[in-house]
Amino acid sequence: MIEFDNVTKNYGGNTGLNNATVHIHRGDFVFLVGPSGAGKTTFIRLILKELEPDSGTITVAGKDITHLKRREIPHLRQKIGMVFQDFRLLEKKTVYENVAFAMEVVHKSKKEIAERVPYVLNLVDIADKADRYPHELSAGEQQRVGIARAIANQPRVLICDEPTGNLDPVTAMDIMKLLEQINIRGTTIVMVTHAKDIVDRMGKRVVAIENGRIVRDEEGAYGFIQEDEVKNFSHGNLSSYDEGLSFDYLEEVEKYV
Amino acid sequence: MSRVTYSIKESFSQMWRNKGMYFTTIAAMTAMMLILGLFFVAFVNVNMFTQEIEKDYNVIQVYMGEKNDDVANQEVQQQLQAITGVDSLEFVSKDQALQNLKERWGDNAYLLDNLKTNPLPDSFMVYVNDKDSASTVANQASSITGVDDVVFYQDTIDKLAKVTHFIEVGSMVCMIFLVVVSIIIVANTIKLTVFNKAKEIGIMKYLGATDSFVRAPFVLSGMFIGLFSALISTGLIYFIYTKIIEVLGTDIAKIVSVSLVPAMDLVGFILATFAGLGVGIGIIGSFISIARFLRK
Ligand SMILES: Nc1ncnc2c1ncn2[C@@H]1O[C@H](COP(=O)(O)OP(=O)(O)OP(=O)(O)O)[C@@H](O)[C@H]1O
Ligand SMILES: [Mg+2]
Repeated sequence: MIEFDNVTKNYGGNTGLNNATVHIHRGDFVFLVGPSGAGKTTFIRLILKELEPDSGTITVAGKDITHLKRREIPHLRQKIGMVFQDFRLLEKKTVYENVAFAMEVVHKSKKEIAERVPYVLNLVDIADKADRYPHELSAGEQQRVGIARAIANQPRVLICDEPTGNLDPVTAMDIMKLLEQINIRGTTIVMVTHAKDIVDRMGKRVVAIENGRIVRDEEGAYGFIQEDEVKNFSHGNLSSYDEGLSFDYLEEVEKYV
Repeated sequence: MSRVTYSIKESFSQMWRNKGMYFTTIAAMTAMMLILGLFFVAFVNVNMFTQEIEKDYNVIQVYMGEKNDDVANQEVQQQLQAITGVDSLEFVSKDQALQNLKERWGDNAYLLDNLKTNPLPDSFMVYVNDKDSASTVANQASSITGVDDVVFYQDTIDKLAKVTHFIEVGSMVCMIFLVVVSIIIVANTIKLTVFNKAKEIGIMKYLGATDSFVRAPFVLSGMFIGLFSALISTGLIYFIYTKIIEVLGTDIAKIVSVSLVPAMDLVGFILATFAGLGVGIGIIGSFISIARFLRK
């Protein structure tokens, strides 16, 4: 579904991604983990063709997108759903309108929209709040709308950049259950996260990036905490960790200190 | 909803949300079109006046001096005929000239009845073959002894040509100014609208909206600005010009026997030109302001 072969991307002198090879298959659920500045967002932006790789090849849904023409980008993005940490809902549109908007901008018919929107709102369990505005919803509810919008056009892949970063652990787990359901229905999911507990609980494939390199790619857990991270943490240097860190993770770290 | 309906709806809703700004932009563009339009009206009229005069351009009037007699007239006539480029001659005696003048003055001709002596000289109407040779013919005619004065329309036409040229240059400068300033104003207005919708545009792009679809409402807004400005300025020009004709038109006709170009003859052309210009400016302005946004 998504294949990176020896992909390198530098920003001037900064390393974004360094000779990365990752193959994500149809139906996979993959966590993308790594410290801040590791290259996770760079990886996603390359999939979305927001960035051009310096070298290597990238294939999405069987199509080589390494040198995709500008006017072909919209078609690529229609096959990919995006879920953001900050939800990015339109404040002046209701829940229903936010989801319908996703379909309008790719020219779906009125009939399709009228059928599909209630269906996805139901799927993410927010149908009863269809006429509310984003600011009238809890964070967890807003993220459900974000997910509903992302799957409205039935994408092949759902990419989530820290979707639980702004949520409390309980709500985060609800969202994870929802994503798992969507994955079971056949959508490939790539999720960037810093939440160790979530990764450990889900038991899915984990791809770890550090300094732009793929340092680990296996089923299971977030991985042991590295000593230098613990050291950083004990010195109160939180800068390399996002707010996305869950309480479990903090407890875990404290055990090591 | 079709893409077109969607874009038009979006365009109007964003203009309505920023109506103050769009109103100002239309007002500025209307003002510039108004100035340009008035230049154009002036140009058309001067041009027509010039053409009217050029019709008489092949006639040179050669006036005899005071102390001429039939013999002298005869002599001058022969010399005139000898000039190359002269087609035919017509002698107008001083009595004939007075008669003609009386006819022209019509009701006021009684004023001429009190004249003790006829102040008008004998003259020849010299017709030339070719307009271009008129000035050489005139030059040669004036050097003939016995000839007092030579009148032809070269001077007037030269002066008019200068006026026409001035108006032409003025319109050109005005036009370039209009186009450049309007593009900047429209681009700025649209850019502010684009900023207001930055988040929406970002989401649209993630959702796979095409560039042209994202751009469409903004380009339409730009086009509407141009179109509204064209309509309003043409309306104003029509109003102002009909007033001018009402006030001045008949007087001018008396003096130079040329009337102003009817307003209706110009309105269609002005509207079509301004609409094209305005829409073009709107499209360019909006493309400029959204281009950088789409590149991201
Ligand atoms: N537009 C850019 N210009 C220059 N350097 C950049 C740019 N974007 C990212 N980088 C650099 O590339 C490296 C990888 O950044 P990236 O955003 O992929 O990290 P990340 O893994 O997503 O981090 P985080 O967990 O904090 O979101 C970092 O060193 C970052 O500073
Ligand atoms: Mg990131």
